[in-house]
Amino acid sequence: MDNRNPRQSLPGLCLIPREDGIPRALFPQETPEAYLAQARILESAGGRFLGLWGAGDPEPRICTAFLLREGLFVLVLPLPKETPSPTFPSLSGFIPAANRFERTVRDLFGFRPEGLEDTRPWIGHDLWAVPPLSLPPGSPVPENPGAGSSDYPFVRVTGPGVHEIPVGPVHAGIIEPGHFRFQVVGEKVLRLEELLGYTHKGVDGLFRNRDIAWGARLAARISGDSTVATSMAYAQAIEQALDFSPAAGVRALRALLLERERIANHLGDLGAIGNDAGLGFALSQFGCLKENLLRKNRQHFGARYLFDQVTPGGVRTSLDDEAIADLLEENGILLEEILALHKIYDDHGGLQDRFQNTGVLLPEVAHRLGLGGVVGRASAQAWDLRADHGGDPYRRFPPALALAHTGDVAARVLVRFLEIQESLSFSRALLEHLPEHSIAESIPDNSGPAEGLGIVEGFRGEVLAWVRLAPHGVIEAAHIQDPSALLWPALEIAVPGNLVADFPLINKSFNLSYSGNDL
Amino acid sequence: MDVSPLSLRSGFFLEGAQLLLAIIGAPLLAGWIGLCRALLSNRSPAGILQPWRDLLRLFRKETLLPEGTSFLFRAVPYLVFAALASSTLFIPFLGTDPPLAPVADAVVLVGLFSLARMMMAFGAMDAGTPFGDLGGRREMMVGFLAEPATLMILFTASLWSHSTSLPAIIHSLLDASDKFHPSLLFALLAFILVFLAENGRLPIDNPATHLELTMIHEAMILEYSGPLLAMMEWASQLKLILYLLIGADFFFPAGLPKVLSAGALAGGLLLLSLKLLVAGGTLAVIETLLAKLRIFRVPEFTALAYLLATMGFLIHFVLEV
Repeated sequence: MDNRNPRQSLPGLCLIPREDGIPRALFPQETPEAYLAQARILESAGGRFLGLWGAGDPEPRICTAFLLREGLFVLVLPLPKETPSPTFPSLSGFIPAANRFERTVRDLFGFRPEGLEDTRPWIGHDLWAVPPLSLPPGSPVPENPGAGSSDYPFVRVTGPGVHEIPVGPVHAGIIEPGHFRFQVVGEKVLRLEELLGYTHKGVDGLFRNRDIAWGARLAARISGDSTVATSMAYAQAIEQALDFSPAAGVRALRALLLERERIANHLGDLGAIGNDAGLGFALSQFGCLKENLLRKNRQHFGARYLFDQVTPGGVRTSLDDEAIADLLEENGILLEEILALHKIYDDHGGLQDRFQNTGVLLPEVAHRLGLGGVVGRASAQAWDLRADHGGDPYRRFPPALALAHTGDVAARVLVRFLEIQESLSFSRALLEHLPEHSIAESIPDNSGPAEGLGIVEGFRGEVLAWVRLAPHGVIEAAHIQDPSALLWPALEIAVPGNLVADFPLINKSFNLSYSGNDL
Repeated sequence: MDVSPLSLRSGFFLEGAQLLLAIIGAPLLAGWIGLCRALLSNRSPAGILQPWRDLLRLFRKETLLPEGTSFLFRAVPYLVFAALASSTLFIPFLGTDPPLAPVADAVVLVGLFSLARMMMAFGAMDAGTPFGDLGGRREMMVGFLAEPATLMILFTASLWSHSTSLPAIIHSLLDASDKFHPSLLFALLAFILVFLAENGRLPIDNPATHLELTMIHEAMILEYSGPLLAMMEWASQLKLILYLLIGADFFFPAGLPKVLSAGALAGGLLLLSLKLLVAGGTLAVIETLLAKLRIFRVPEFTALAYLLATMGFLIHFVLEV
């Protein structure tokens, strides 16, 4: 790990440590050249590209996030106001992952990425006559009369025996919509290309001109399985903008909620992965554990999936001694069950045969793509905000980083098992040493414009939030970034070379969010 | 061939009863397997009647045909069902000598099953969707790999009677059932593997999956709906019970009535139901314990079945003649 002083390694970009999480700041760049140069510096300093988004009137701009060991750096490139469709330099030349983000910005705002060769629409599917976020808030978006007349130009593979399999967006099971285009020879996948955006709901647009509380409700509803992570990232961003720091008790409760969300999702994923390999027993067993956890959520927090539990300034519910004792008991039972199930998975020859060497994402590739989260950690990418520099309470009971090196389905299963165990012991420590807490404080008002960032290690990876407030708590613009958007391209790389029939298993081991990607 | 005499009337009574029992009993057996699987994996079961409820629900729905399908698509469910339903007339399971049994021997039976499979693949490909193609292709591969083993099992069982006629095989096995036959033990193991492969059960295919890309059987019937889908479902339940009935005939023939009296028939039926319940329970246990094989492991699986069947065949000559 690079422990040099950030001042020395990154001239001009300096972060101040924060109590409530990762050091994070916005760095306005004056010219496109400076923006490009600074992005190159951050990238070559080992920074992971975390996302790119735009904001429209009254302050049009492009924001690009990089995560380094030192903290979160967001470069801001202001765009000229009067130009109808201003250009910005594309980063995709040295950051391939920027491709979809820049196409999204082009679809939503009409800003043109200069140097991006890929001219295909991404999130908009060419459905709009004008970019929807170039219009004032609330105005209807005119439809593109030519929508649907031409097919999305997938990259085709030609040759004897090569054929195409289109899958989705409507699937045989009840899952989110997404389109996958396979180029196959017999059962072997030569190429996979995704087309997403079917669940686009215009989140960035919905945030505009709303108050903070409304924004919190929206943030909680972006991707149901990550509601705590997105709410928490949003709350952090608001709190940074208002220069407010939540109390230690609130921080501990938030961390606890985040771990409960992580455990519930990992349980669900592990069961679903086993089920996709044909082991129905796994689904019902893990499903049972997850259901018990959700019922405890309802009993102690009032919401099965913990909706609206984290609010800017605090949390919604506190725990009394009885609840803490109950959750501690649940914690012990879960740990026992998980260890038993882990052994069953490890000892099951048929399951291991399906898991091992399936959907391999090599560590080099994961590193080049700058992956984090479960998928990155299963490919030896040692990034976990909680373990790295999570602030309080992660500093007090540092969770160990779960890492695997093979990058196959087995590795992603292993990382999930290890993380559940680590989450359980971390939650136990939190519950046993829960500070005195008041659940929420009122957040201060802002007299001038303010801006803030939030970043949280959700169960898939880093969830990012950015808000820009107009005076008196009105959201001028906001963006929330689910890790799925970064991880989807990795699936396109992990699948080729495998059998078509193994795709659902690989896909499930990634378990990426469609809704979180499409926003 | 020595066949005990039957009057025409009682003979046709037997055939009618076989047909009705197999057709009505097939969904019940599927329900029983589902019940066992649910209990084994810690879920609350839907009950033994669930497949019947599903079938009746589907029969009440309207038929939706995908665009661009030909008459073949509509004809296939009837053809598949007819091929399998007619097989019930040739497999002796209520009495040893159904009068129509001489019409078809074991090889014709295998042919009838192949016909059903081929029809199903045609229907799947007729719809022109990639999944139908994928499923049909895979189904033909599995069938093509499993067929040699199936024939080898039949030949092993027919070594005593020197005939592939089912009643003759059963008579000879019943006569020789006082001794232990190692060759039949090998054939039984091979039969279990073939049974799993041919009926789309785990570890070859997952009958409960909703993942289009891993499906075999389900992918073929993905485009069917309403009564046509019900026919297809029913046919595959029928195929399952037919395989189990053949298995019961070959490997556990004891208790099969040679004469047609009310008492013998009732006793035979009771014993048969018991055999089927045990077989269904065993299948549920196998399916609960196993994960699905990678599709390219299927040849290994069927090769093992063929190897076992061939060993049974050879062992007969080494140890039993």
